[in-house]
Amino acid sequence: MSAKTKEQKYKAPKQHVNWKVYLKRYWQLYALLFLPMAYLLLFRYVPMRYVIIAFKKYSIVQKIGEMPWAKNHGMQYFIQAFHNKDFINALRNTVMLNLLDLVVGFPIPIIFALILNELPFKRFKKTVQTIAYMPHFLSWVIIYGLAIQLFTPTNGLVNMFIEKLGGEAVPFLNEPTHWVATYIFLGVWQSFGWNSIVYLAAIAGISPELYEAASVDGAGRFSKIWHITLPGIRGTIVTLLVMALGNIIGSGFDRPFALANNLVMKYGEVISTFVYKNGIKGLQFSLTTAVGLFQSVVGVFFLLFANWLARKLGERGIW
Amino acid sequence: MSETKRINKRKNKQADEVTRIIKSKSTRRGDMVFVIICVFISAICLIPMINLLARSLSETDFLVKHEVYLWPKGWNIEAYSTVLSDPKYLKSFGWTALLTLICTLLSLTMTMLCAYPLIYEKLKGRGIFNIIITITMFFNAGTIPNYLLMKDLNLLDNPLVLIVPSCLSIYNMIIMRSFFYGIPDSLRESAEIDGASFFRILISIYMPLSKPVMATLALFYAVGRWNGYSDALMYMKDKRFYPLQLLLYNILNNINSVEVATQEGFSTPGLADSLKAAIVMFSTIPILCIYPFLQKYFIHGVTLGAVKE
Repeated sequence: MSAKTKEQKYKAPKQHVNWKVYLKRYWQLYALLFLPMAYLLLFRYVPMRYVIIAFKKYSIVQKIGEMPWAKNHGMQYFIQAFHNKDFINALRNTVMLNLLDLVVGFPIPIIFALILNELPFKRFKKTVQTIAYMPHFLSWVIIYGLAIQLFTPTNGLVNMFIEKLGGEAVPFLNEPTHWVATYIFLGVWQSFGWNSIVYLAAIAGISPELYEAASVDGAGRFSKIWHITLPGIRGTIVTLLVMALGNIIGSGFDRPFALANNLVMKYGEVISTFVYKNGIKGLQFSLTTAVGLFQSVVGVFFLLFANWLARKLGERGIW
Repeated sequence: MSETKRINKRKNKQADEVTRIIKSKSTRRGDMVFVIICVFISAICLIPMINLLARSLSETDFLVKHEVYLWPKGWNIEAYSTVLSDPKYLKSFGWTALLTLICTLLSLTMTMLCAYPLIYEKLKGRGIFNIIITITMFFNAGTIPNYLLMKDLNLLDNPLVLIVPSCLSIYNMIIMRSFFYGIPDSLRESAEIDGASFFRILISIYMPLSKPVMATLALFYAVGRWNGYSDALMYMKDKRFYPLQLLLYNILNNINSVEVATQEGFSTPGLADSLKAAIVMFSTIPILCIYPFLQKYFIHGVTLGAVKE
């Protein structure tokens, strides 16, 4: 079918839509879409209606419409949040942990992909990949279980080894500063293999002719990596960096909640765990909804900013 | 299938042979450096698991004396038999397996239902549907509004809360849609001309052709459900319906307190350690057995998701 007839076929009903005829033919597509759309509306859009309680005084017995507006033109709970030491602490920790994740965790998958790409044996490469993807499939609770066996001061594997060498046991899980290092390490451990997949795909898309030409010109291994591979995956790197920057104030729940304990709350409390403890456990619904709204809105702004920055740098961004 | 495998194997071998001949001695030495780095990285990934396995299989005396490193001392499967004879744990394991199965099937169906109609350019309102979908990727109402919705829907403490609210992932839907876009239009157009309904086209053309992406997404959904615990933590108080990970979390955190210890049969020192290891090991095994076989597919899946948007 040529392009022209295709165009005609699509344009014809646009001029005067006969909905009866159209629906008779296409109703099935709408029927198929019904369930997913109903799901999205109920579980993704209806909750947005509840966001308004960030500006209202929540009460269990009243309906949302009947609740009185909060003081200070509805901003009472936002003001309260920023006077709350625990929240400020959680906000700082969220940004700090995310920044550390970014600085430490972002380059490692790229380096790993570059290393894998240099491996001469295909079978060996595949085995290494399989092993490196494994941590991604473990839940954070299981990783916490692994971490206990590795890092507890008395009988963790690493500390047993340190003590055998004559050193002193390190409180990897129980002292705030050490905990941060452990948290970041476990995050990198869990995700570096998985995150390298995208880079490997991007590397595979680079034309082999470039490498051949460089070889003819006498380029060595590292100048090929520097002048061909890295520029070749620049777009992918920037796109993923934009997404990571956009997520700088976001916080997953599973990882910090599973890994933190009471001894390290100074650095271990992040926004998501703060909301869980004060909202669902502590029933301060208005305050924690305000906190969640603040987080969402700032997150969207970060994403827009990062995307703008990527475009300024001459890359595609994410939309 | 095995024929193509053998051919691939031979191809790989030939390629290795060729690189070995072409490359100079110094390059080969450089290759070895990369091989060593990769062995080191693999070791870092594997050591925690090996350590865990060793502990779960060791005699408790050696554990108390801190003598178990990466190889079990004094083979002992008491920990595993204790776990396997604990009805509470087995029940949770079975329930989570059932939950995972239901969630995976439901989610795959929902994902397909969402992705398939959107590939038709002549679908009116496609733009609106796409906007509805995209907004949910950028803006999430947040934990508390979601919680209040579950409360108003009377879903708290209802096992359905572990199934329905997470039954469609937009990210996965985009992966499937990208895959569908890759299937030639001419196939469905010829079927349309032959008078097949859209539903029929989905069942007999798109579904059989998209086995790879189905396998990938089934893996993603299954892993997500098997590993997830936050929804149960937030929406469930009824311990009967706790998924495995939440039970595991409680065991890992309470194991030292006396009351729980006697309750769960963790009274012997040392046994607690190997028991913890055995439970963690046992909860991981199902996934570790499956994922290597799907590697080819999920690599493709991740790449599809990254390329589109």
